Amino acid sequence: MPSSDHAAMPAGLAKTQTGISGFDEITLGGLPTGRPSLVCGAAGCGKTLFATTFLVNGATRFDEPGVFVSFEERAEDLAANVASLGYELETLIEEGKLAIDHIRVDPSEIEENGEYDLEGLFLRIGFAVESIGAKRVVLDTIETLFSGFTDQALLRAELRRLFGWLKERGLTAIITGERGDGQLTRQGLEEYVSDCVVLLDNRVVDQITTRRLRVVKYRGSAHGTNEYPFLIDTGGISVLPVTSSGLHRPASDEIASSGVPGLDAMLGKNGFYRGSSVLVSGVAGTGKTAFSAHFAAAACARGERCLYFAFEESADEILRNARSYGLELGQHVQSGLLRFEASRPSLFGLEMHLARMNRDLQQFDPHVVIIDPISAFRGPLAEVHATLLRMIDLLKSRGITGLFTTLRSDGGMMDDTETGLSSLMDAWVKLENDEANGELNRTLYVIKARGMGHSNQVREYQISHAGIALIEPYIGPEGVMTGTARITQVAREAAAKLRRQQETEQRRREVVRRRAALERQIEELRAALESEELEETIRLSEADAREDKLRLDREIQAHMRGYS
Amino acid sequence: MEHDDETNPMLDDPEHYHLRLYVAGQTSKSLTALSNLKKVCEEHLAGRYEIEVIDLIQNPRLAAGDQILAIPTLVRKLPAPLKRIIGDLSNTDKVLVGLDVRPKSAG
Repeated sequence: MPSSDHAAMPAGLAKTQTGISGFDEITLGGLPTGRPSLVCGAAGCGKTLFATTFLVNGATRFDEPGVFVSFEERAEDLAANVASLGYELETLIEEGKLAIDHIRVDPSEIEENGEYDLEGLFLRIGFAVESIGAKRVVLDTIETLFSGFTDQALLRAELRRLFGWLKERGLTAIITGERGDGQLTRQGLEEYVSDCVVLLDNRVVDQITTRRLRVVKYRGSAHGTNEYPFLIDTGGISVLPVTSSGLHRPASDEIASSGVPGLDAMLGKNGFYRGSSVLVSGVAGTGKTAFSAHFAAAACARGERCLYFAFEESADEILRNARSYGLELGQHVQSGLLRFEASRPSLFGLEMHLARMNRDLQQFDPHVVIIDPISAFRGPLAEVHATLLRMIDLLKSRGITGLFTTLRSDGGMMDDTETGLSSLMDAWVKLENDEANGELNRTLYVIKARGMGHSNQVREYQISHAGIALIEPYIGPEGVMTGTARITQVAREAAAKLRRQQETEQRRREVVRRRAALERQIEELRAALESEELEETIRLSEADAREDKLRLDREIQAHMRGYS
Repeated sequence: MEHDDETNPMLDDPEHYHLRLYVAGQTSKSLTALSNLKKVCEEHLAGRYEIEVIDLIQNPRLAAGDQILAIPTLVRKLPAPLKRIIGDLSNTDKVLVGLDVRPKSAG
């Protein structure tokens, strides 16, 4: 329940805290002060324990002494029965904080003769109340009176008077009653105690018992109307408020690393948002628990508390397996940062798991919770879904980052549970086994990560003794490749590249060679041209010489003919 | 209890009646009960009874000892076993049966 509801509580109705975790939230403060409340239910559903807890908490935590009027169990038996819950009734009695009066009604010993009333009962309760200054009274189970006295009309009148008497004295009282056919109690006590009626129930479905509590009515006060699962174990009694219906929770900008650097990088913000819910889904053998262990290790390394709910493996198995991929979680367990709660999911009903979880969360107050896996919860789909929703609500309301793993059956893209789940989750990492070329390679991708610009790549990862490592993606013209296919492809590419380099080199040498050849040719042509030019020059000079010779000869001939 | 009146009609320890009447103040029912009881005792147990009246308003702590709920309650402490009769004892015959008193006239 959001705390704002407490503030909205009408001031007129004073309430007395029971100190029962969860119940005071449902009733927005506890039972009506100074009035009797009826707690009814079938045998063995925890009425006496509820009532005892109310008194013990009153005596130890709220400084309100109490009287237990037992019509069934003797004081010694009562003390012995609740000793296992850590309640020390004898000590409280010695300290004057608690009084127990065992009223034995044995019809065989009583003979009626004429008019009577139950003033003796009033005096006894009054005496017990006054002896310790009690503020709280429990009558357990007053219906026993009906077996001891034959005059039912008188008995009813006296009960009415008794409840009035309790009210007059301002005593906050719990009257317990056995569940009857067609009505809340066998004797119709609800007629007399009408201020507050609480119904306890113990249901067995598929051989699994779930205790539930419902506030049937609460005059003058709002209250949660649902059936709430509750838990009785060595920690006492605790009720799980179902869920806060509103979605008003602060969003954190802080980031919690997934513990796998490559995955952090894919998310774009180096991890998940704190207080978000993360789903890691995958088929068998994809390393869901390994991712969980990395997440846990990362949280503990930051000095945060991590609560690990394991439903398929024991704590020791997880620790051993984590060592095989290089995570030493044992040290965190010893330092108290990491706590395992391992149990078979079939041990309790879904509601009980929730109630247990709620209590563990309150006790351990973790920063990070891992639930491995949620697919272990079996039951009708709607119920599983509702349970998970409340689990997530539970975590979110406390700002806890939750990592859920789920086993996905092979085949389709997603099965029904996943479809339902995805809307509840803030981030979803999907793990796959890709079978190709005679080998199985693991890949992952981020389906969604609200509020993060996450990568859309499918990445291969390997789990080795050094942990989970994402491998640089191979995305080429022939698609994404994994495993040896990737390695061969990389090798093939390298070879092709080398070949290309060699070819280029060859081409360059060819060019150089051809240039040299051409240049040589040019040289030759030029040389030829030059020799031709030289010859021409020689030829010209020879012609000139010849011309000179001819002229000379002509001059000589002319001279010789007579002109000389 | 099965003493034959013919052989032993006299007072005996086992024949001695220790009766305790629990009342709460001087209510009409209590007064009626006391007077009815006295009458029965005088008629049938003369000389072999004692009546102790306990007012629980003055001594509420005594109520738990004899497991008193109803008022008035008559408790036969002796002879054993303990017997309890609740009410104003208006039916004399039932009182005699309840206390296991055999009327003297029968002997």
